[in-house]
Amino acid sequence: MAAVHGDVHGHGHGDHHPTGIMRWVMTTNHKDIGTMYLWFALSMFFVGGTLAMGIRAELYQPGIQILEPELFNQFTTLHGLIMVFGAVMPAFVGFANWQVPMMIGAPDMAFARMNNWSFWLLPVAASFLIISFFVPGGAAAGGWTFYPPLSVQGGLGVDLMIFAVHILGASSIMGAINIITTILNMRAPGMTLMKMPMFVWTWLITAYLLVLVMPVLAGTVTMLLTDRHFGTSFFNAAGGGDPVLFQHIFWFFGHPEVYIMILPAFGIVSEIIPTFARKRLFGYSSMVYATASIALLSCFVWAHHMFTVGMPVVGQLFFMYMTMLIAVPTGVKVFNWTATMWQGSMTFETPMLFSIGFIFLFVIGGFSGVICAIVPIDIQVQETYYVIAHFHYVLVSGSLFALFAGAYYWIPKWTGRMYNETLGKWHFWLSMFFFNLTFFVQHFLGLAGMPRRIPDYALQFADFNMVSSIGAFGFGLTQILFVYIMVSCVRSGEPAPEKPWEGATTLEWTHLPTPAPYHSFETPPVIK
Amino acid sequence: MSQDSSHYFVPEPSPFPIIGSVALFFLGLGAAFTMNKIEPGYWMVAIGFAILFYMIFIWFRQVSLESESGKYNKTVDVSFRWGMSWFILSEVMFFAAFFGALFYMRVFSLPWLADAEHSLLWPGFEAIWPTAGPGIADTFTQMGAWGLPAINTALLLASGVTCTFAHHAIRENRREALKMWLLATIALGVLFLGLQCYEYVHAYRDLDLKLTSGAYGSTFFMLTGFHGFHVTVGVIMLTVIYFRCASGHFTAENHFGFEGVAWYWHFVDVVWLALFVFVYLL
Amino acid sequence: MSSKLVASLAGIFGLALYSSMAIGSKYNLPEPQNFIAQDVYDQHIVLMWICLVIFIGVFGVMFYSVLKHRKSQGYKAANFHHSTSVEIVWTVIPVIILVLMAWPATKTVIAMKDTSEPDMTIKVTGYQWMWGYDYLQGDGEGISFYSKLSTPVAQIENKEPKGENYLLEVDNNLVVPVGKKVRLIITANDVIHAWWVPALAVKQDAIPGFIRDSWFEVDNPGIYRGQCAELCGKDHGYMPIVVEALEAEQYAEWVAEQQEKLAAEETSEKQKLGLVDGSIVTNEKS
Ligand code: HEA
Ligand code: HEA
Ligand code: CUA
Ligand SMILES: [Cu+2]
Repeated sequence: MAAVHGDVHGHGHGDHHPTGIMRWVMTTNHKDIGTMYLWFALSMFFVGGTLAMGIRAELYQPGIQILEPELFNQFTTLHGLIMVFGAVMPAFVGFANWQVPMMIGAPDMAFARMNNWSFWLLPVAASFLIISFFVPGGAAAGGWTFYPPLSVQGGLGVDLMIFAVHILGASSIMGAINIITTILNMRAPGMTLMKMPMFVWTWLITAYLLVLVMPVLAGTVTMLLTDRHFGTSFFNAAGGGDPVLFQHIFWFFGHPEVYIMILPAFGIVSEIIPTFARKRLFGYSSMVYATASIALLSCFVWAHHMFTVGMPVVGQLFFMYMTMLIAVPTGVKVFNWTATMWQGSMTFETPMLFSIGFIFLFVIGGFSGVICAIVPIDIQVQETYYVIAHFHYVLVSGSLFALFAGAYYWIPKWTGRMYNETLGKWHFWLSMFFFNLTFFVQHFLGLAGMPRRIPDYALQFADFNMVSSIGAFGFGLTQILFVYIMVSCVRSGEPAPEKPWEGATTLEWTHLPTPAPYHSFETPPVIK
Repeated sequence: MSQDSSHYFVPEPSPFPIIGSVALFFLGLGAAFTMNKIEPGYWMVAIGFAILFYMIFIWFRQVSLESESGKYNKTVDVSFRWGMSWFILSEVMFFAAFFGALFYMRVFSLPWLADAEHSLLWPGFEAIWPTAGPGIADTFTQMGAWGLPAINTALLLASGVTCTFAHHAIRENRREALKMWLLATIALGVLFLGLQCYEYVHAYRDLDLKLTSGAYGSTFFMLTGFHGFHVTVGVIMLTVIYFRCASGHFTAENHFGFEGVAWYWHFVDVVWLALFVFVYLL
Repeated sequence: MSSKLVASLAGIFGLALYSSMAIGSKYNLPEPQNFIAQDVYDQHIVLMWICLVIFIGVFGVMFYSVLKHRKSQGYKAANFHHSTSVEIVWTVIPVIILVLMAWPATKTVIAMKDTSEPDMTIKVTGYQWMWGYDYLQGDGEGISFYSKLSTPVAQIENKEPKGENYLLEVDNNLVVPVGKKVRLIITANDVIHAWWVPALAVKQDAIPGFIRDSWFEVDNPGIYRGQCAELCGKDHGYMPIVVEALEAEQYAEWVAEQQEKLAAEETSEKQKLGLVDGSIVTNEKS
C-alpha cells in the first residue's frame, strides 16, 4: 500500500503520528481510511476479475477445458461475492470517506476509530474468502446467493463464507452508522439538508438502506449456519421450514443491496455532469425525492428474483407492479441528467466520458431490468445469461463506470496531481468497446436459452460465448491500463492546478487547497 | 493533538481496531474449524475471545477516560445519540429476520405442507402449531406461556422501570439512588437470565423440546437464544455503567454512556414483549 | 448534419435489430409451441420496441446536446435548473407506458397459473442430477422412469467430436400427446432444481419437500429441449430435459409399449436407478 500523499507531516501540526505501516494500521483520518478502502477495493476487483477471466476462459469453447464443474461453480460464487462485497461496496465507502467530510465541511468522520475498524474488518473477511479456496472441499459453490439446501451440502468453505459475510455485514453497518451520523450531525453551519451535494444525499440514503438490510443478511446466514451444524429446520421442509423462506429473506436484503451499489454511483454522476456541463444540476429536489423513492420501493420488490418459485398469483403480480414502478424515479434521474447537459457548455474529460457512458449503458441495463420484471418474460429469462447481461450492464457499466468516473474526477484533489488525460480517454473507449462486446451478446445467449452457472453448454451457444470471452479478456486487460494511470498519477503525475475543473462548485473544490490537506475544515466553513 | 472542546473531537491513531480484527480473524476461522471438527478450532476460538474482550476493555476504558476528561463536546454527544439510535435500529432488523422466519413458517409454509396436494409427499400431516414438521418424528411439549415466561416478562418490565428510576436519579444527581436502582436493574436482568437457563434445562429435560425439534424448536431457541444473548450483553454494559457511576463518572447533565445503555435495555425489553406474544402466546 | 447522423445511426441500429430478429431463434426466444409461449414471445418483442423507442428518444436528445452544446463550439451555458411542469410530464408518461406494459403481462400470468382441469398429470422430481417422471393421471397412468443425460463423457472431455444435441439429449424422453393440457406436479428430492423447456414457456423451480405445479400444452409434434435452471451442484449443467410430443395414435402406442414393459417388470426386480431403457430413445423425429 504505497503512500499516496507525499507529505503527511509537512503541515506543522506537531502530532506524533505513527509512521510507516503503522500509520495505515492505526489511522483515524478519514482520508487515510478512504485511501485504504480504495486500494483494497481495487485489489479485490482484480481478484474477482481474475475469477471472471477463469469463467470466461472455460466458457470460451464448449466442453470442459480448464475448470472442472465443481471448481467452476466456486469461481462463479466467489466472483459474485468478491465483486459485490469486496470491490464495489468498499469502493463506494472509500469515496464516502474521502468526500463526505470534505463536501459538508466536517473535520472528519463522526466516529473516527470505528471508521478504521470498518475498514480493517474487510481484509479479515477477504482472507476467509480466499483461504476457502484452499481448504478441503474447496470454496462455497452455491452461487453468490447460496440458496439452501445446496449450501447446506458444502463443507468448510461454506462456513468460511458465512463468517466472511457476518464480518462484512458488521463492517457495512458500522460504516453506514458512521456516514449517517456524519451527515446528519457534522455539516458546516448553513449547509441545510437541501443544500447538500447530491453525492452526500445519495450516500445518506444508501447508508439507511445498509442499516436496514445488512442485519437481515446477518440473520439469514445465521439461520443457514444453524441449519448446517445445529440441526435447526428453518430451510428444511421435513421440519416444517421452507427453502424458499431463505430466498425471501435473502432477497429482502439482496434487492436493496443492488441499489446500495447504484445510488452512490448516481451521486457521483450527479456531481460530474453539472461540473462538465458548467450548469447547475437540473431538478435538484426531484433528484433527492427520486433517490428516496428508489430506496423505499426497493424494500418491496424482492420477490422479483423469485418469479419461478411458484408464488401465488397475487404475489407475482404485486412484485411485478412494484418492480416496474422503480423505472419511474430512475427515469426521472436520467431525464434530469439529460436536462442538465442540455444547453450546457460541455467539455469531455475522462470523468465526463465515463459519466455519459454510465448513463448510456445503465439505461440499457435498466430496460433489460424492466423486461425481467415482466413475469411471463422473466419465466423465460430467469437464471439465464439474459439476467447476467442485465446486471453486468447495471453493475459494470453502472457502478464500476461511475467509480472510474469518480476516481478520475477527484484524484487531482486527493493527490494534487493530474492523471494522463490521453490515457484516460483510451481507458474509456477501450472499456466501452470491450464491455459491450462481452455483455451485449449475452442477451442473445439468454434469450436463446443458455442457463447461467454452467461450465459447459450446447453447441448453438458456441459462437456468442467465444465473442463474449474475447471481449472479457480485452476488458480485463484494459483495466490494467487503469491501474497504470492511477499509479503513475499518484507517483509522478503533473501537479494539478488549484481547481482543475472549471465548473466544480462543491466545497472540496471551492474551500480547500489542492491537494486537500491532511486535516481539512478543523474550523467549519460557513455556507451562505 | 491540540483539541480544545469547541472542536469536534477526532481521536488519535489507535491500535484498538486492528486488535479487534485480529480477534475476529481467530474467532471466525476457529469457529469454522470447530464446526467441521478440525483440531485447532477450539484454541483459536478461545484466543479470539480473549483478544476480543481485551480489545473491548481497552477501547471502552479509553472512551470513558476521554469522556471524563471533557473531550466530548455537545456535537460529539449528539453523534453518540445518532450512532446508538441507528445501531439499535440495525438490531431491530436483525431480530426482524427471525420474526419474519417464524411468521412465514406459520402463515405460509405449514399450511402448504399440510394441504391436499402435499399429501402426496407428507401423507397425514396436519398444520397444527407447534410442530416439528412433517418429516421429523419428534414428540415434545410446547413451552407454556404462563409459567416462567410470564414471570420473566414481569422481571424485564420491572427492570425497565428500575432503569428509568435510575435515569431520574442521575438527572437529579441522587447518586446513591442511582447506584441502587442500577443494581436493582442488573439483579433483575441476572435473575431473568437465570430463569431463562432454567427454562432451557426444563425444555430439554422435561419437555423433550430441543433445537432440533423442527420449526417450533428452531424458532423458539433461535429467538429466545438471541434475545438472551442480548440481555447478557445488556447486563454486562449495565455493570460497567454501575462501576463507572460508583467511581464518580457522569454528571446530571452529561451522561450519555448511561443513557445509551438504558436505550439498549429498553430495546431488549421491547423485543421480549414481542417474543412473549409471538413465541409463547400465539 | 449531426441530427441527421443521429437519425441514421438510430435507423441502422433499428434495422440491425429487426433483421437480427428475423434470423430467428439464435437471437431470440425459441419458436413458441403453444399460445402462452406465443404471448411471451410477442410481449418481449413489443417491449423491446418500446424500450428502443424510449432509448432513441432520450439519447437522441442527449447526443444532440453532446454534439451541439460544447464549449469547444463556443456554446455558452444556459442558466435554467428547474421546471415543475416538465418534471411532471416525464413522471407521468413513464407511468402510462408501464401500465400499458403491465396489462397484457397480467393476463398472461393469470393464464400461466391456471392449472385447473388438466387432461393428464405428471409428477416431475429433480434429483442430483437427473429427472424422475411419474404419470399420475390421464393416459399413461402408472408409467414411471428416470431421465438422464446421454451425452458420452468423452464428448464432454473433448476426446470425441461433439454430437448435434450435445448436452441436450437424454436416455428417456418425457413423452406427451399433442394438444392436451399436461399438468406438472414438480418437486425435488435433494436440492432445488428447475424444470425448464423454453419452447413451451414453462419454468418452475423444483423445491424439496414442496409441490409446485405448472402446465403446458404442445401444439405440434416434435422434440423440445430444455435444461435444469437452478444451480444444483456439480452437474447442474448436465441435467437436460427433453420433451417429445406425439400425435394421439403414436402416443397411445407408446403408452401401450410402456405398460407392457411395466407388467413384465412387475415380477422382475425393480428397475435400477439410471438403467438405460433403450426402447424409448427415439431420435427419428425432430
Ligand atoms: C446495480 C445493480 C442493479 C440495478 C440498478 C438493477 C435495476 C433493476 N433491476 Fe436488476 N438485478 C441486479 C442488479 C441490479 N438491477 C442483479 C445483480 C441481479 C441478479 C441477481 C442474481 O440472481 O444473481 C438482478 C436481477 C433482476 C431481476 C431478476 C431476474 C431473474 O433472476 O429472473 C429483475 C426482475 O425484475 C430485475 C429488475 C430490475 C429493474 C426493474 C431495475 C430498475 O431499477 C431499472 C430502472 C431503470 C430504467 C428502467 C432505465 C431508465 C428509465 C427510463 C429512461 C424511464 C422510462 C422507462 C420506461 C417507461 C421503461 N433485476
Ligand atoms: C459489481 C459486480 C461485478 C463485476 C464488476 C463483474 C465483472 C465481470 N463479470 Fe461478473 N458477476 C457478478 C458481479 C460482477 N461481475 C455477479 C454478482 C455474478 C453472479 C454470480 C453467481 O451466479 O452467483 C456474476 C457472474 C458472472 C458470469 C456468469 C457466471 C456463471 O453464471 O457461471 C460471468 C460470465 O461471463 C461474468 C463475467 C464478468 C466479467 C468478464 C467481468 C469483468 O468486468 C471483469 C473485468 C476485470 C478484470 C478482468 C480484472 C482486471 C484485470 C486483470 C486481473 C488482469 C488479467 C487479465 C487478463 C488475464 C485478461 N460474471
Ligand atoms: Cu438440477 Cu440444476
Ligand atoms: Cu432485484
